[in-house]
Amino acid sequence: MTPPPDLSRFRADFPILGTAVHGRPLVYLDNAATTQKPRKVLEAVREFYETFNSNIHRGVHHLSERATRAYEAARDRVRRHLNASDPREIVFVRGTTEAINLVARSFVRPRLRPGDEILITLLEHHSNIVPWQMLREETGAVLRAAPVDGRGDLDLAELERRLTPRTRILSVVHVSNVLGTVNPVRRLVEMAHARGIPVLVDGAQAAAHRPIDVRALGCDFYAFSGHKVYGPTGIGVLYGKAEHLESMPPWQGGGDMILSVSLEKTTFHRSPHKFEAGTPHIAGAVGLGAALDYLADTVGLGAIEAHERDLLGYARERLRQVEGLRLVGAPAEQAGALSFVMEGLHPHDVGTILDREGIAIRTGHHCAQPLMEHLGLPATARASFGLYNTREEVDALAAGLRKVREVFRP
Amino acid sequence: MSELSDLYQEVILDHYRRPRNFGTLAAADRSAQGDNPLCGDRLSVQLKLKDGVIEDIRFRGAGCAISVASASLMTESVKGRTVEEARALFEKFHPMVLGRGSREGLGKLEVFSGVSAFPVRVKCATLAWHTLKAALDGKGETVSTE
Repeated sequence: MTPPPDLSRFRADFPILGTAVHGRPLVYLDNAATTQKPRKVLEAVREFYETFNSNIHRGVHHLSERATRAYEAARDRVRRHLNASDPREIVFVRGTTEAINLVARSFVRPRLRPGDEILITLLEHHSNIVPWQMLREETGAVLRAAPVDGRGDLDLAELERRLTPRTRILSVVHVSNVLGTVNPVRRLVEMAHARGIPVLVDGAQAAAHRPIDVRALGCDFYAFSGHKVYGPTGIGVLYGKAEHLESMPPWQGGGDMILSVSLEKTTFHRSPHKFEAGTPHIAGAVGLGAALDYLADTVGLGAIEAHERDLLGYARERLRQVEGLRLVGAPAEQAGALSFVMEGLHPHDVGTILDREGIAIRTGHHCAQPLMEHLGLPATARASFGLYNTREEVDALAAGLRKVREVFRP
Repeated sequence: MSELSDLYQEVILDHYRRPRNFGTLAAADRSAQGDNPLCGDRLSVQLKLKDGVIEDIRFRGAGCAISVASASLMTESVKGRTVEEARALFEKFHPMVLGRGSREGLGKLEVFSGVSAFPVRVKCATLAWHTLKAALDGKGETVSTE
């Protein structure tokens, strides 16, 4: 086996990693919630505001032309990141949540008749549940969820059974934010497409951890958030196959999404502009482009994947040695997140005590209450990893958890 | 560690491990349920009232050390008191855990003064009290700390 790549030299690129929390060096293990930002991203955003801040697609002046070019270059950077074939397939949105809502409103809703079915899975984040429940209330459609097994993997046979002639969309998470389960998206797409069912993939927890190739996956839509891939908050991406995006009606009206407007009639722009009403988050798009450059060209997505796989394996091994600790889930393939509970202890207390050690983890239901209910747990503690995390930080987590035990020792 | 040991005082850990007045009342006059969506905590409080006095009280639920201990200590401090006294106690307790009031007259509930150094945990300490208040108000609905 080749040793995992050493990415520790990249820690210096992240200013926040040099800060202290409660007098301790920060150990940031909440990357599934949001990732920290490398200097290149911060500088790109700053450069935009300091040297070419302007509105896009309208101005005839120099700055507007530069801003427009940078915004569209960011779109093409995203296209390359996802290996999409055409920048028209890349729509900028606020984040994964907005991307899913856009597909629900503009693609799925017009196709739904009462009794039609929407299929999701038990692994979904609330952002891939609630938009469909809202559609269900409006249309009389049925929302179904495919179950997971005891290890935290999707029950594929059961999922396939729930793909029926009435299923109008399969919307599925790529990587679970609670268990780190990596779903076999390509297989799921094959299963759905064999029945003519389109597939939306929630890639919020996947895009920072591995190369994404939407053409290899074959999915119809793919969504992810900028802030979870080391970019700014407030910017995200919806990839959609051109044929779908062209056929979909706009979902918000306003400026920048039109070709011409008279009081009687408006002619909409083509995709992606017809989905980007109003002034978009230009600085965010520029920052996201810089983040993807950093991930692919400076660090390397393959190296990130290998490093994180090593780290996750090491964390599983170290945490298992902590007295009274139980890892939640053991999926066949895991990325990013690791959930655990400690006997006799509530995750919230665990999180508070770790915080005083400078260790940031997430505790609670992780916005995935149906999954938590299935697991029979009101809450878990979750450590989630990024490219800058180290084995030493995993050791610090294990030591912190022993301290938690100490505080609660009878 | 001093703020931590102020938070997780021995009395609090004791009530977390062995909650008092835990369970259900056969014939409760009032009850309410409280949710803390932040940590998934959920607890219920049941009361028996007689002539304006809280004659008996029980709570049920699972939660973090702070919320369980707070519920347990709350039931001990309001049992046998009048409804007005119980309400007045919450009026004192709430500012104390927010770090804005004195501990005076709070007796054992003083042990929660350390919560004020942990602002995100204030809701854990007050969940039982909000639930008690809902039960006393007779609203019979679920209260949420969010």
